[in-house]
Amino acid sequence: MTSDISPHDPHETASRHDPVYDQLHAAPEFAELRRRYRGFVFPATIAFLVWYLLYVVLSNWAGDFMSKQVVGNINVALVFGLLQFATTFLIAWLYSRYSSSRLDPLARELDERFVALEGKSSRGRGNH
Amino acid sequence: MDHQLLTTLLFLAVVALTLGITIWASRQTSGAADFYAGGRSFSGIQNGFAIGGDYMSAASFLGISGAIALSGYDGFLYSIGFLVAWLVALLLVAEMLRNSGRYTMADQLAYRMKQRPVRMAAATSTVVVSIFYLLAQMVGAGALVALLLGADSQALKNLTIIGVGALMIIYVTIGGMKGTTWVQIVKAILLMVGSALIVVMVLWHFDFNLSELLGTAASNTGKGQAFLEPGLKYGVDTTSKIDFLSLGLALVLGTAGLPHILIRFYTVPTARDARKSVLWAIALIGVFYLFTLVLGFGAAAMLKGDKAADVAASGGNLASPLLAEEVGGGAGSTGGAILLAFIAAVAFATILAVVAGLTLTSSTSVAHDIYNSVVKDGTASEHDEIRVTRIAAAAIGIIAIALAIPAQKLNIAFLVALAFAVAASANLPAIVYNMFWRRFNTRGATWGIYGGLLSSVGLVFFSPVVSGSETALVTGADWSWFPLSNPGIVSIPLGFFFGWLGTITSREPAAEERFTELEVRALTGAGAEQAVQH
Repeated sequence: MTSDISPHDPHETASRHDPVYDQLHAAPEFAELRRRYRGFVFPATIAFLVWYLLYVVLSNWAGDFMSKQVVGNINVALVFGLLQFATTFLIAWLYSRYSSSRLDPLARELDERFVALEGKSSRGRGNH
Repeated sequence: MDHQLLTTLLFLAVVALTLGITIWASRQTSGAADFYAGGRSFSGIQNGFAIGGDYMSAASFLGISGAIALSGYDGFLYSIGFLVAWLVALLLVAEMLRNSGRYTMADQLAYRMKQRPVRMAAATSTVVVSIFYLLAQMVGAGALVALLLGADSQALKNLTIIGVGALMIIYVTIGGMKGTTWVQIVKAILLMVGSALIVVMVLWHFDFNLSELLGTAASNTGKGQAFLEPGLKYGVDTTSKIDFLSLGLALVLGTAGLPHILIRFYTVPTARDARKSVLWAIALIGVFYLFTLVLGFGAAAMLKGDKAADVAASGGNLASPLLAEEVGGGAGSTGGAILLAFIAAVAFATILAVVAGLTLTSSTSVAHDIYNSVVKDGTASEHDEIRVTRIAAAAIGIIAIALAIPAQKLNIAFLVALAFAVAASANLPAIVYNMFWRRFNTRGATWGIYGGLLSSVGLVFFSPVVSGSETALVTGADWSWFPLSNPGIVSIPLGFFFGWLGTITSREPAAEERFTELEVRALTGAGAEQAVQH
């Protein structure tokens, strides 16, 4: 159990405010981490939602286009559906690459600073 | 050997295997973090398989391949929503939830808000979503076992529901999160191997020519090219098209709000492992839905005459099992009997793993959020809380059995869609606002959750699903005024609207101040819950 959650805290309100977090929040590295995180996930989320809704809308209201045959019995609708799989895999892979190179190093650095400031481990060597 | 006997033996083997896992897991479990979160010591790949095992329900395995076998392309539309949805979980939810919560969905809200009201709201919606989902699985299990054992007896169906209910109580009360997770991992492996085997055999039959498979399906079903195009099921009129759009929204936004999926992110040591587990889950689930595409069109292409009629009579649920029999050599052959029994056992394992996850999620929320926080004011001991979780699991299991037995007469297909709609309307707005909006507060969270919950369930109550249509739950009366069976297109915006309205009509400086802490912790993992060291 982590020691900062004590049953003697006033339970009714969330009151475990720790000033160390304010210091980290004010650090330029944190602002950079948040900017990078949001800079990826917000546009990516909008992009895949629009792309998915476009697919649903075309399936509903563009039957002629979707039923055009591409090769043999494989039509536009099937290719479009398989492309949704491909883009899902692609975005997942891109995010994985982006976060390990651009997010994780900053997050680790801030976490280490937290451990130093708190004078205790935040992970890995926890008591049980 | 006939397939009924073989199927029964394999079912018993699945039960014995899962009970063995459960007993083994109970010996590895010693505290609350073990019981609720598997000690947070599963690896990303293990948790990825467990997520797959938790998510790929009988509705996916039997339901989607069956829908493709009956309605062609429109069945495939479902699986795309189910897959794309994982990007919401990957990008916006998984890592931040891992860093800011402990055991339940409510933890992440309670981090910066008034404990009692938000925990009560989140626990209510957790239990409602889980019960809807649970009922669909249990009724499905009853029907499946009766179909596969070739005996359409009501007594056997009831017995199956009671048996599945008893097993899920045992998995959860004895094995906790560790037992449940390993059951889900084993099920995911069985499901992937079993369906891959059938897929390869189907493709072999068509010389790995997808176009020929599709062409044969189109001509064998007598529906021609329309079978390969969207619209056969949902394209009837404008209402059904909007209904489909509404379903699509609920599927894509609901996954990241399903409580039994969310708590899986607590079982890994760090946010990076949570991310890895979602990546593995996306790979597994994506490949699995590509398999269902081949299974569905394969069943449409290869099953003829009586067998095709059996698939139609089962609402599509028998498509995969009968396809397995066909590629194994057909009815009466040893190969056919073995493959049919194997796929039936995989489907049974699938149901068991999903119901275990749902029971664990809802009973944890009852004990951790309602009992400890609301009733005991946060003073319950770990030991006491786990004891209540076990009691809650038994109670939820008994309630689910009691509801599932009468629910068999009803059209239950809408229950899973409703669970996704509630998750998208009630849970997702609160989770997203909490992570990204400093101003968000207790009133916003409770209004958002209750507003989304009541509007999604309420709209279904006033829809043709409940009254006023030939397939309605209630016959002889008609109080419907909402034309769609899927409420998402209205209830999801309402959930976001109520969350916003509640927030701007109240001020809560403590919640805003604590947002700083939540944001740092969510993004960096500083101060997050640690893995248990044994």
